[in-house]
Amino acid sequence: MKLIIAYIQPERLNAVKQALYDREIFKMSVTNALGCGQQKGYHESYRGADVEVNLLKKIRIEIAVNDPYVQPTLDGIIAGARTNTIGDGKIFVLDLPECIRIRTGETGSDAIG
Amino acid sequence: MKINRMRIGLWAVCALCLSAGPAFAQEPAGGGAISNELFTANNMWMLVCTFLVFVMHLGFATVETGLTRAKNSVNILFKNTAIVAIGLLTYALMGFNLMYPGDAGWFGPLKILGFSGFGIGTDAAGLTSAYNPGYTYWTDFLFQGMFAATAATIVSGAVAERIKLGSFLIFSTIYVMLVYPAVGSWKWGGGWLAERGFHDFAGSTLVHSVGGWAALAGVLLLGPRLGKYGPKGSNIRPIMGHNMPLLVIGVFLLWLGWFGFNGGSVLSADPGGISYVLVTTCLAAASGIIGAMLTSWIVQKKPDLSMVLNGCLAGLVGITAGADVASVPAAILIGLICGSVAVGSVMAFDKLRLDDPVGALTVHLVCGILGTLFVGIFADGATNTITGAAIGYTIHWETQVVGIASYALVCFPAAFLIFLLLHKTIGIRVSAEEELKGLDIGEHGMEAYSGFQIFMNQ
Repeated sequence: MKLIIAYIQPERLNAVKQALYDREIFKMSVTNALGCGQQKGYHESYRGADVEVNLLKKIRIEIAVNDPYVQPTLDGIIAGARTNTIGDGKIFVLDLPECIRIRTGETGSDAIG
Repeated sequence: MKINRMRIGLWAVCALCLSAGPAFAQEPAGGGAISNELFTANNMWMLVCTFLVFVMHLGFATVETGLTRAKNSVNILFKNTAIVAIGLLTYALMGFNLMYPGDAGWFGPLKILGFSGFGIGTDAAGLTSAYNPGYTYWTDFLFQGMFAATAATIVSGAVAERIKLGSFLIFSTIYVMLVYPAVGSWKWGGGWLAERGFHDFAGSTLVHSVGGWAALAGVLLLGPRLGKYGPKGSNIRPIMGHNMPLLVIGVFLLWLGWFGFNGGSVLSADPGGISYVLVTTCLAAASGIIGAMLTSWIVQKKPDLSMVLNGCLAGLVGITAGADVASVPAAILIGLICGSVAVGSVMAFDKLRLDDPVGALTVHLVCGILGTLFVGIFADGATNTITGAAIGYTIHWETQVVGIASYALVCFPAAFLIFLLLHKTIGIRVSAEEELKGLDIGEHGMEAYSGFQIFMNQ
């Protein structure tokens, strides 16, 4: 079992969700995040003074998957999020030792579904 | 019935006494002398109406801000602020004299275009009822100047969230300075449409549809906002407004402003005239809300606040052409129809893939046309207002159609041409990257809600 964490551009979320749905991956968790990598932010000014804004808005997606689904998930995220510009994001793949469904108490691969 | 006729006769006598000149709405008539007290009362009312029409700018600003995304709010507010300035200054420079060339100012007998010189100014007579029994020259200028600015601001909502600021300001300047006054002179300046007997009491055509045609030209040339429409035939992805409270504040401010918009178009403080048109105005607004509410509830399964508020404005625009000649039942019906049509019209524009973030095309263009047509339908053959003032001609539905068509044939191509020229030279649309980042950052380098993290996926 793996936990896949991806940081993407906010406006790519719909495309990523669609790409994942196309690959039969429906379960995910989405949060808003601030961050930056090589994009160092953008320039604002207010009443004559310059403002440095260097944390940009991102979307963080977390998906727990069984091993056969790891590659389709990665493909889906990349397909939806890639725009070939700086700021497309990063994906982290973590090992997931345990997963439990709260409602039924199932554990392991069954819980991930 | 006897009592009604007596009452109307009484008010007619009063109205005729109070308005010494012919009671063309919006046209300065040379007047005979009236008492100083009466002139003061008339002028005071007209100035109050000027304040109210001015407040409509705040209404437009808040409506547009509420119906668009937070990341573009500074841009929208900036456009609305600039338009008031541009409208008033260009009106002082040449708009007023283009719109009201006076008998000597027409270029030719057809009275299609006229101009009485740059700048504003008057002699001592302009400060008295000799200029007009309803208002001084300066009141006339300012009241009409506020109208000019409202015509321009209609466009800013329809082109919101993707137009380049500079292009929009250039467009507005040209349109408000040249097109709006020139076509306005046809009716309110005493031009060819006035001579034919076209009736537009407070500007359903002259203000709202003039703004509406320009909005349509802008929407067509700009294209929709990114992400709004998928590939042909797919679902519409709504881009929701970020602040419904601001929208409500704006609509009620606009309704308040309409007291001045319609109330001042009586052009004097005639008690019968203004009290009646304010009643028809309010009834149309109310029935606009109800019509939109019922339609929205049926069609969308749950009533949509923004549709209902658009319906309120639709009713107001619809009654604006004929608030003085519509009976009370007619006013209610006009509001009901415009409000109901508004719901369908907003959805129809979306189906046609014409992206209008605030419903300006529906409220101002469609209902401006409808309101002008309704005058011809409900008041066909009328020669007096409901309160008995003579209007100086007979209303015919054919004349209304001629009027609507002539404005369409001039305003739309003119606006289209200006936008097209701007598109070919400096461009009218912001880059995709800027549209996603937000025009507040892109055009102004600042945020509207600094300190709030507002997350958006569009």
